[in-house]
Amino acid sequence: MERLTNRAKVMEQKPMSFMESLYLPAIFKGMAITFMHLFKKKATINYPEQQRPFSPVFRGLHVLNRDEEGRENCTACGLCAVACPAEAITMEAAERKSNEEHLYREEKYAAKYEINMLRCIFCGLCEEACPKDAIYLSETFAPSSFTRKSFIYSKDELLIPHPVNEPEKFAAAKGAREARQKN
Amino acid sequence: MAEVKHIKVTIDNITVEVPQGTTILQAARMIGGDVVPPAMCYYSKLEGSGGKCRTCLVEVAKGSEADPRPMPKLVASCRTGVMDGMEVRNITSDRVKDARNGVVEFLLLNHPLDCPICDQAGECHLQDLGYEHGKEATRYEFKRRTFEKHDLGPYIQLHMTRCILCYRCVYTADQLTEKRVHGVLSRGDHAEIATYIEKSLDNNFIGNVIDVCPVGALTDKTFRFKNRVWFTKPVLAHRECKSCCGKVTLWQRGDQVLRVTARKDQWGEVEEWICNECRFDKKSTSDWTIEGPAQVSRHSVISQGHYEKLVQPKETFTAVHDGRQPQLLMDIHSVSEVNDKTAKTKS
Repeated sequence: MERLTNRAKVMEQKPMSFMESLYLPAIFKGMAITFMHLFKKKATINYPEQQRPFSPVFRGLHVLNRDEEGRENCTACGLCAVACPAEAITMEAAERKSNEEHLYREEKYAAKYEINMLRCIFCGLCEEACPKDAIYLSETFAPSSFTRKSFIYSKDELLIPHPVNEPEKFAAAKGAREARQKN
Repeated sequence: MAEVKHIKVTIDNITVEVPQGTTILQAARMIGGDVVPPAMCYYSKLEGSGGKCRTCLVEVAKGSEADPRPMPKLVASCRTGVMDGMEVRNITSDRVKDARNGVVEFLLLNHPLDCPICDQAGECHLQDLGYEHGKEATRYEFKRRTFEKHDLGPYIQLHMTRCILCYRCVYTADQLTEKRVHGVLSRGDHAEIATYIEKSLDNNFIGNVIDVCPVGALTDKTFRFKNRVWFTKPVLAHRECKSCCGKVTLWQRGDQVLRVTARKDQWGEVEEWICNECRFDKKSTSDWTIEGPAQVSRHSVISQGHYEKLVQPKETFTAVHDGRQPQLLMDIHSVSEVNDKTAKTKS
């Protein structure tokens, strides 16, 4: 039969030599390589006890920021939602009442703010779009869960701790961010 | 009727024949495209409008065939009539570009730039203008002018700080309603749109001042903070109305009608005025006969919103696990210090 291409190669099958037919040298050679790896540096870490540092450009879960007086920065302008390529962000705006000046920085605020973490691709475009420095991506993962509902994060989950009432927690949340910005 | 004489005018090297008495701006609009100067105060449907904002300044390189001398200064194209053989330079002139940048800087001098809050954002002419000609930062070092809030009744919200004093709403009230109750008070830096004595604007056609306002100074109270313009979908619709033409644009989110405005042409001008009943009271799809989606330029932010309606996710876990509940549900608060629920304080 005529060949279709001339790329096929004919295999040479030589009979094994005596040393090869013993197999033992090859086995010891392989075991030596395995044994050598016991003394090499490990590629893995014991995860929950040890944790690797985050990369300076890591983008994790979102955080809604407050200003230094603890007022929410977000004004529900919708720029994050329109910038979001995955259409993960929804919000509802409300008008600030006259006795709520200490809660919200601007005349309008987000009464409802939800991010669907199943849709989110953590691209960080919301952070770039935000004109009020209200949303940024922190260094946390979304924990695994069985229900879809638990991946829709509302303002309860997203808001940063209050800087005046809980300065340590706020600093912890903010600290990673500021270190990132310095890099 | 006497035959109207047609004359030739050249704008940015494009020659067009227009009837005598046309303004340069209208001649440019007949050509269309990039040569049309922007206009913040001129409104072709309102008599006497124009000449206030100076954004439509153009250079006249040749006065006319009879007198070919160039005009010494830049002229407001909305108020200058064309002459036979006139040569106008708009985007081809560096002087015009420079002057327009200056005018935009002046218009933004006292503007609060609260676009994230403003309901006009997304369809604001000043926003477009600033995007095209504006500087990144202001050079103004003084306090911006602010005003006390005036109450203009249940339908119209006035934000005087955003106003650029184009007088369009004044002309609208003059020419559409029997009695105008608002106007521009005081002079110079203190000039403001107001009713002098607190009075609500309640004429049946007064809602049109919202549409003519080029900035967010006059906005719809029934739409206040309801949604952003680019998340709503414009739909053309009409209804039988006794007092107006009944042809409107509905701004919908899902099946909900959030806002009703008059239809606007490519220059952002109202095609036909609509009455207050159509604008403020008919906020349900059953009131309207839907004609179809309105044309939106694909460069407009309005075409960027893709959110349709809220879909609640269906929980599938118990269905695929023979009715068993999940044993472990992780909570974000147990792993993260950043997103800490206990830290949410009501002070």
